[in-house]
Amino acid sequence: MNSFWAVTTATLVKDIRLEWRSKDALNSMLFFSLLVVVIFVFSFDPLAEESRHIVGGLVWIAFLFAAVVALNQTWARELRNQVLDAYRVSPAPANGLFLAKTLGNFIFVCVLEALMAPLFVIFYNLHVLGPAWQLVPIALLGTWALVVNGTFFAAMSLRTRNREIMLPLLLFPVSIPAVIGMVAGTTAILTGENSAHFYIVLLLTYDVVFTTASLALFKTILHAE
Amino acid sequence: MKKLFLILAGLTALFLAYATYLALKVAPTDALQGDVYRIIYYHVPSAWTAFLLFFINFIASVQYLARTKASLQKAVQWFVIGIGVVGVIATFLPQVQALLPTGMRPSAVATTVLAIPAFYFLLGWKFPGDRMDMLALTAAEVGVVFCTIVLVTGPIWARPVWGIWWAPGDIRLTSTLVLWLIYVSYLVLRRFSSSAQTQIIAAALAVFGALDVPLVYFSIWFFRTQHPQPVIGGGGSMDPRMLHTLLISWMAFLCFAFLVCWSRFRLELLKREAEQAEAMESLVGAGTAAKASLPLSRSAR
Repeated sequence: MNSFWAVTTATLVKDIRLEWRSKDALNSMLFFSLLVVVIFVFSFDPLAEESRHIVGGLVWIAFLFAAVVALNQTWARELRNQVLDAYRVSPAPANGLFLAKTLGNFIFVCVLEALMAPLFVIFYNLHVLGPAWQLVPIALLGTWALVVNGTFFAAMSLRTRNREIMLPLLLFPVSIPAVIGMVAGTTAILTGENSAHFYIVLLLTYDVVFTTASLALFKTILHAE
Repeated sequence: MKKLFLILAGLTALFLAYATYLALKVAPTDALQGDVYRIIYYHVPSAWTAFLLFFINFIASVQYLARTKASLQKAVQWFVIGIGVVGVIATFLPQVQALLPTGMRPSAVATTVLAIPAFYFLLGWKFPGDRMDMLALTAAEVGVVFCTIVLVTGPIWARPVWGIWWAPGDIRLTSTLVLWLIYVSYLVLRRFSSSAQTQIIAAALAVFGALDVPLVYFSIWFFRTQHPQPVIGGGGSMDPRMLHTLLISWMAFLCFAFLVCWSRFRLELLKREAEQAEAMESLVGAGTAAKASLPLSRSAR
């Protein structure tokens, strides 16, 4: 158990340090989602009342696409210099590596969301009518749902041709329940029309199920070669 | 083998023709919908066939993954037996029976639960080694075809009856669509993955897909459903002649699906044998490879 956390923290700290120095993933994600927001602003010109109903969808589409940009780079870094092969032959627990990568992506996407959310408020003149604090659990649980499956599928698509296009093709169908939960939950809070409790429970269930499944299967996937 | 296939193909063609005759001529016209309802004799049997094939794919994928380790295989076997035993006992408890929809008989539920261990062990016995993966691939491919039929015939029926092609947010429509999307992504993965470990990766994706379906169902719980209640076990009543026609159609579709799966499986078997022969040829030279016995072959020549 000790070595598990040692591997997790070492990989996580390494990834964050690399990201801090290069800012590759964060910059590309930020610029990408900024573009999406701007294109949405030109495409739809809603009134304040309408925007409450559609922003839930727009926000999460922007974050979903942006997250794919970061997820695609997760493992590519480890392919250079055969780092991943070294992981395979080392006795280090595979799940530690997976957890570190997932936590790293989770932190990056959360930072992106914290930076981008104010932009949505400005561009769409948002006033939240429901309990606004509930947006925090929805954002955290929803991001974890995207990131845990995304990291797993990114590892799966490492060995395919057209790796970059493979990840969304695998990730989006399986993420549909999570996306429904995030979008419907966010809309429920923004409009204040109904309670978002059901969606929080849904996202929590989704996270528990897929985190367990990913941890159970990651070793098989990593060593599948 | 070839003869048997041809005989079965002829019988299936006759069977399908008979089912079409029953569906178009014998079955009575629906009192409310008129003749348009007759599409259910294609829609519903395709749906049941597709779900059965996806179920086979899931069982085959789990079994393929479990085979990577002996201890895991044992654990999964006991788990599957446990599902059978607990499921059958549970359906006869009054608390569980109260949860069942009215009109669904506990014995029918128990039989369905028993199908899980039965399928698991039957497939495990019939499809050793890499054949299990070929079975998963075959079931997924044919299942996607039948699921496509469901998704095409559904809107054709819905347009005159509901007035819309598609009801967004409907629980059955959405979960079938997501199931279809997951299995299309499964086939894309198999097509694009070039390494020797495609099988393991695809099996993992199939398990993820199977975990996803209940969550999709759960996620649209609050959206109202427009889809008609299930004709069997949902408490709906149906003219016995209609039910008879529906079951005959399903049998015919099952025979057809079995034939397609059979020939697809055989094609995959031959393809892999050819690949192995090529690999062996390049390894040991042309002369010896021709004589070497191929591990997968049963009656290739």
